[in-house]
Order: sequence, then structure tokens, then C-alpha cells
Amino acid sequence: MSDAPVVERPAAHEGSALLSLDDVSIRFGGLLALDGVSFDVRQGEIFSLIGPNGAGKTTCFNVMTGVYQPTSGLIRFDGEPLGDRKRFAITRLGIARTFQNIRLFGNMTALENVLVGADAHHRTGVVDALFRTPRHRREEREGEETARDVMRFLGLERRANELARNLSYGEQRRLEIARAMATRPRLLCLDEPAAGFNPAEKAQLMDLIRRIRDRGLTVLLIEHDMSLVMGVSDRVTVLEFGRKIAEGTPTEVRNDPAVIAAYLGTETAEEGES
Amino acid sequence: MTEPKPPANAAASSGATKASPSAGTKPVASGGTSSRRFGWDRGALARRVTALPTPVKWLLIALFVVFLYALPLLEIPIISTPDTDFGAVLFTVASYVLVALGLNIVLGYAGLLDLGYVGFYAVGAYTVAVLGSFQAHLSWWMLIPLAVLFSTISGLLLGAPTLRVRGDYLAIVTLGFGEIIRLTALNTEWLGAAKGITQVPRPPSVEWFEIPHLQWDGFTAFIDLGDTTKFLFFGVADQAPYYWLALTVIFLVLGADRMLRRSRVGRSWEATREDEDAAELMGVPTFRFKLLAFACGAFIGGLSGALFASRQGFINPESFQLLLSILFVAAVVVGGAGNIYGVTLGAIVVGYLPERFRGFEEWRLLVFGVALILLANFRPQGLLPPRRAKRAIAADEQLEALEEGTARV
Repeated sequence: MSDAPVVERPAAHEGSALLSLDDVSIRFGGLLALDGVSFDVRQGEIFSLIGPNGAGKTTCFNVMTGVYQPTSGLIRFDGEPLGDRKRFAITRLGIARTFQNIRLFGNMTALENVLVGADAHHRTGVVDALFRTPRHRREEREGEETARDVMRFLGLERRANELARNLSYGEQRRLEIARAMATRPRLLCLDEPAAGFNPAEKAQLMDLIRRIRDRGLTVLLIEHDMSLVMGVSDRVTVLEFGRKIAEGTPTEVRNDPAVIAAYLGTETAEEGES
Repeated sequence: MTEPKPPANAAASSGATKASPSAGTKPVASGGTSSRRFGWDRGALARRVTALPTPVKWLLIALFVVFLYALPLLEIPIISTPDTDFGAVLFTVASYVLVALGLNIVLGYAGLLDLGYVGFYAVGAYTVAVLGSFQAHLSWWMLIPLAVLFSTISGLLLGAPTLRVRGDYLAIVTLGFGEIIRLTALNTEWLGAAKGITQVPRPPSVEWFEIPHLQWDGFTAFIDLGDTTKFLFFGVADQAPYYWLALTVIFLVLGADRMLRRSRVGRSWEATREDEDAAELMGVPTFRFKLLAFACGAFIGGLSGALFASRQGFINPESFQLLLSILFVAAVVVGGAGNIYGVTLGAIVVGYLPERFRGFEEWRLLVFGVALILLANFRPQGLLPPRRAKRAIAADEQLEALEEGTARV
């Protein structure tokens, strides 16, 4: 198995902050969607972001991946402020994500979807493509290797030549993860990857998330499903109305009075949904 | 995912569900069933062809290419045009094909609806005309690269500010561009204004040998030594050499298209067409690639315009009407945006049929309109949809059937 997309985890960085949000706020008109949120995602951990609907979880993802600029506050990736980097530049830096509602390139094959991800670090332009320069050939070969490897990892190798839209729902979810992993991220952000999954599929997903972490990636997870979050996370941050109300290990968070109030007090049906 | 959301998330998802600007690349669910009913099975023929041994395949391709080059000499009774020089008609069709291939990159691959494509065609044509006769007397071999250069630059200039807008807005801005080019030419004395430019240089001729045409008597053909084409004389009467030139350029463009399609560039275009935001978040600098698609399209459009001007010998703003842009888009959409064989067929339909049936000229637009309506109903993906779109439609149908099945249970 090629280990191309695996990022080596240097021992010195173990446990240090890979991504840190420092007092990040974002305002949409009158709505303060994120209100002074700070947290650190440490190298090599599985970190979850939970909270009731509308708590600002996806907004958090969008700020981290450059979709929105924070109104105030600072986001650092590996110590470096993201600044006003473009979205594709942030991906190249090493943050990749999946989407809450699947957003694959439906009319491209599964393999091509993953190749687009692998292309994130490629430089081939028109001239390279037209004249089939060594760069084009090298990058095509590398991209294909990366893509095949990631697809094998996610059990999609047999579906490589299917159109993305022809895949089953579960396969599409995994293909999104494959595409994101092909960009060789250090931080993989999964936005509700278990949405629409049955318990058996959720168990598989939990296993998958751990295996992703074991490949050297840091995982940031947004999820509604409490059993999944509690089962897989190293640490959890809870958001409510754009504010951080708790942070800690799953056990700590589960017993936190503020969290219980937020969940049980307002939305008891939360767990079973979506 | 269906729960109500506060504005913050709503803003995110409204950005998320933006529609692809190109109608040609969007499978229409309702058209899916009818396209199956009225479609033919291309798969069987394709399988049979791919099953042939490689040398046989190459031989077939070579024969076909020779046939295409020989077309103006064969004078085949049914397809030859009775009223006009067949070579001239073939050139017109070839230039439509060239334009369609260029526009296909913009519209079919990158999904950008460009309604002002005639603008690039005009820039190419005017460069040759203005610098070849009217204001300077550069050689034809200089003019072609200059024409392509200027049209590519105009593509970049148009794209840089406008490709930040999407969908309908882009269509309107490009529509304006096409008209601006025409009106500028019309109102600028330096560009010949309304009376146009004459004496546009023709490609340099050599007169190596003469090739006789065929003549048909019923179903028998014989070589007519009285009717010959001089190789390669770019004159006025016999236009077959222009067709050969255009056909050669088409083959070059087809080759380049294939190289681009099967590379990071082609993938990035398609990803941008499918979902621009997702593509950007997967590391595709979408703006840069959209601009690149525009530049490639403008390159080919300018080339086609340059060939048109050097064949025509005379151009004026009348040659670059808005209607031409619409016809170009029609050629791409009729044929099947995203499929080079499809758009080639579309260009042949749009370029050839009106020439073949010149007698019905007054009815031309009416027939064309009816044909478009029928097409939109029965083959919304075009005559030869991209293989993928077709497979996607099949998938949609399966899904529909499945959903209906479970609903009944």
C-alpha cells in the first residue's frame, strides 16, 4: 500500500495545536453567528464540535476553510494565521473538508472526483497538458496513485469508474471523504458524516474515523449523533448560540450542567434525528 | 438537514445550492424517459467498433480522414449542394465546427454560458483584415498568430472582470461584449466602419498539381478531367483548398482538446462546472480555470474568424451579428455540450442544412425554431449527449423507478 497521502506525524508536534481559533466572531447583519469562540485542535486527535441546530458549527467550518472571513479574531493553522487566504490556498495548506449535504461532482466518475482532490497540489497547466511534459506525466501518475490508494482505504476501488451520482448514499459519503483525503490534508474536517446512516453504518464510520486518525491525520468532526461523538472523540467542544459553553473529554462534557441544559432543556429529540 | 436554520446557516446553504449556469450540462429529469424512448442504442455500435483489432481501427480512421479530405472532389449527388460551390459550403460547415469546438470548451466543459462568442470570431477576422490590407500589409503567416493573440487577449480582458459573476449575469455581460465589438467596428473609421474592409489577404498559394473531380451519372462515377482543383490554390472560384485548411485546423484543435480534457486542466473545468464552491474547496483555483477556459475558447474563436476573413476576402460588421452567437450556442447545445462528436454534429446540422436547402431560405428560422423545440423536448442533452450525461440520466431513471417501487410497498 502506498503511503503517499500519509502525513508523517513528527513526535515533537504530538499534542501541540494544529488549528487554533482565538476569540473568533462572525456577524451576519444582526446575527452574531459566532461569538468569541476559541479552541485548539491538537495534532493527531479526534476533536468534535457539537451543539444544537444553529449553534454555529457549520459556520465554524466555513470560517476555517475560508468560505467566510471572521469579523474579528484569529485562526491559526500550524501556528500560521490564515489571513485572507483564498479557499483553494487553505486547502493546499492542509485543511480539507466534506459537506453536510453531499456535494460531489456528480457527472464525473468516482476516480475523477478523487483526482480533483489530488490535483490540489499539482501545477500542470495548458502547456504541460498539450505537450504532455514530464511534469504532466509525473503529476498524473502521482495523482492516480494517491487516488487509488485513498479509494482502496475507503473501500471504493471497485467503484472507481462509476459516475459519482450513481453511487449509493453511503458510497457517496465515503467518496466525499476520499476526495478530501486526496488533497493530502493534515486536518480533515467532517461535517455530519453520519447523517442518514443506520447504526451498523455508524459503527463502521466510527471505525473509519479512527483509522483515518491512525494514518496520521487530525480529525475535526461535526456530528449530531451523540453515541458516535462520545464513542470516537478525544475531546469535544460544545457550541450554543454561537458561543462555546463547554469543552473537555466526552465524559466531562456529558456531565456538564450547561450541556445538559442546552440539550435536554431545549431539544430532547436531537439525538435520534438526521 | 431539513430542520429550520437561523440566517447564518441559511446563508451558507443558499450559496451551496447555486445552479450550474449551463442548461446543456444539467440533466433534465422529465426529459430522461423520453430520451430513452426516442434514443438509439449507440452502445452496441461503439462496442463492436472497440472490439476490432487496433490496426483495423486505425485503418478505418485513416480511411475516414481521407474521405473527409476528398469530400469536395467526390461531388456525391445527394449531399452536394446544387446551388453553391460545395467546397465553399464545406468550408462554412468546417468553420462552424471549429467555432463549436471552441465554444464547447467554455460552455460544455467549464459550463460558462457565453452569448457573445461572435465577438472573438470578429476580433480574429478584423485583425486579419485590418492588419492585412486596410492599415498595414503584413504577411498572412504573421496575421494568423496575431489574430489568435488578439482574440485570446480580448478573452482574458472580457473574462477577468466578468467571470466573477455567475450564470445569467455572465450570459448578459458576454451578450453585451459581442454587440460592443460589432458596434465598435461599425462606428470606427479606422476599422472600415459600415462599408467594411476589402482585399483581405488570402492564404499564400502554391500550385503544385491539379486534382480532378468525380462526376456522377446515376450510380456510376467517372473522373472528370475537365473539372479540377488546383493544389493548393487559394482563389475565389474553387474553395476546396480553404476547406482543406480548415479541416486540418480542426484536427489540430481536436488533438489539443483531447490533451486538455484528459489532464488536470480538463478535470478542473469539469469540477468547476459541476459545483464551483466544492471545486474551490478541493483546491481548484476556479477563477483561474474559468479564465483559462475563456482564453482557450477565444483562441479557437479567433482562429476561426481569421480563416473566415481570409476566405471571404471582404468583411463588414454585418458578418458578426448577434444571431451568429446564438447559432454558435445552438450548434453546441443541439449537438450535446461537452461531447466533441456531439458539438461537431451540431455544427454540421446548423451549418450544412441551411446551405443544402437554400431554396427554403425564408423558412429557415421557422424550421430551425421548430427543430429546437422538438429537440428540447425529446433530446434535452443534445443529439449526442456526453457519455456521462447519458449514464447519469439512466441512473436517474433507475432511482425514480426505485423510489416509485418503495412508495408502493
